[in-house]
Amino acid sequence: MKTVAAGQERPVDFAAIRKDFPILEQTMNGKPLVYLDNTATTQKPLVVIQTLDHYYRTYNSNIHRGVYAIAEEATRRYEEVRGKIARLLNARSPKEIVFTRGTTESVNLVANAWGRKNVGRGDVIVLTEMEHHSNLVPWQLLAEERGAELRFIPVDGQGRLDLGGLDALLRGPVKLVSLAHMSNVLGTVNPVAEIAQRAHAAGALVFVDAAQSVPHMTVDVRALDCDFLAFSGHKMLGPTGIGGLYGKREILEAMPPFLGGGEMIREVKLLHSTWNDVPGKFEAGTMNIADTIALGAAIDYLEAIGFPAIQAHSRALLEETLESLRSIPGITIYGPPANERGPIVSFTLADIHPHDIAAVLDHEGIAVRAGHHCAMPLHEKLGVMATTRASLYIYNSSSDIERLAAGVRKAIQIFRR
Amino acid sequence: MSLDDLYREVILDHYQHPRNYGTLENPDISAQDSNPLCGDEIRIDLKVKDGIIDQVRFSGQGCSISKAAASMLTEAIEGKPIEEVKKMNREDILEMLGIELGPVRLKCALLSLKTLKIGIYGLQGDDLPPEEDEDR
Repeated sequence: MKTVAAGQERPVDFAAIRKDFPILEQTMNGKPLVYLDNTATTQKPLVVIQTLDHYYRTYNSNIHRGVYAIAEEATRRYEEVRGKIARLLNARSPKEIVFTRGTTESVNLVANAWGRKNVGRGDVIVLTEMEHHSNLVPWQLLAEERGAELRFIPVDGQGRLDLGGLDALLRGPVKLVSLAHMSNVLGTVNPVAEIAQRAHAAGALVFVDAAQSVPHMTVDVRALDCDFLAFSGHKMLGPTGIGGLYGKREILEAMPPFLGGGEMIREVKLLHSTWNDVPGKFEAGTMNIADTIALGAAIDYLEAIGFPAIQAHSRALLEETLESLRSIPGITIYGPPANERGPIVSFTLADIHPHDIAAVLDHEGIAVRAGHHCAMPLHEKLGVMATTRASLYIYNSSSDIERLAAGVRKAIQIFRR
Repeated sequence: MSLDDLYREVILDHYQHPRNYGTLENPDISAQDSNPLCGDEIRIDLKVKDGIIDQVRFSGQGCSISKAAASMLTEAIEGKPIEEVKKMNREDILEMLGIELGPVRLKCALLSLKTLKIGIYGLQGDDLPPEEDEDR
């Protein structure tokens, strides 16, 4: 499929992109692999795999301290990625980017370092009903420890946030509003900028779980005016075990450290220590150097395609997916219309369990997810135990969607005979 | 294993027409458990007479493998001494199902046996032996 994005001269050949991903040349259960579990993790282009290999073969060394050539190269490349991420997110400075293992660690970092200092008895944290457990459980732990209250922005029947009662939710000692930018189940893109403005007016900070949005769309922390934003590298073509936290510099500077150890200190005495400047203050111990540098290669790869083209490709495939699934008898598709969501489609079939659908698809060489997708409260709200989820990325094609629909029809044949 | 093997006629039959489905009034044993991965839930009720399982019912939500395994298990234990049921293990369930399963679907298949054992050991006031927990 060739997609020309608005304002972009050069058409992107998405069929050629597929060839950059070695894993997609494989078969699964004897059928060419159709990978539709991109919300869980994405595949890696050859350039990312080669970057890891190159690091370990030629300049593996510890960063920030070695004064020899390969250590300086490792440090330079590691810090270059911080700059790339700062530009990608439109942060004011690379010092506003902290490397973490991923979104989950970023949430835990803020819940522990910022939360324990700033959230006390009776204070309020506002979340939404559509959060991934990673943006729910750390706040539950904090609230329990500090005696704080959790409130939730409800989800309406269309899978959108219902902001009708937001003013009431923001009343009182609200310290933080934390929400997903894009739902990992419904695909809903939430109006973060509007919510951030209202949260700030109420005196609260805003944390954005951008694990699903950063891979798919232009995310601008200044336009959103969020105080924190978390993302995961492995959901955007990068390796597992590396992600990041954006935080406004003055807020990061006022926070105590999260983990103690090497690199995060300025001066250590036997009984007390002083802390490094941000972001080093939050990067204790030897960081994930190889994966950070490979994440840089992933970002370069995505930027060469361009986020406008990525979004246009996703939108076209999302519309095809919704249309082809909608014609299947007995199907329920969750979430808002295509123009309000990312390329994530969760569905149920009246009398067939998601595990059984996924097992039939597996035999057809198609990888999808079945379960509650780490969002049990949302599934309770939807009134189902589990859903089947297909999620798309840049290497997916119309033929993948055709095979998905054919696989779902095959499941119906088996279980409704 | 082919799709036809995984979804053998007998599994689909037990899934679509589960045996002993429902609940019992005043059961001697009633145990519930769930599979945290997929949110499946199961409840097993038993009436026990002189150490023998007199009546059994199961209810809940689950995939074909989990429901078929529960249905087959209830057929297998009705009329059996409790002490004999305590000795049942994963091989017995896999033999009844007649299929091979990966680690994720294995949890679906074993949920009913695990729940049954929670109930039986609970009745006798004992903790579940540690090896049973490994089935999860």
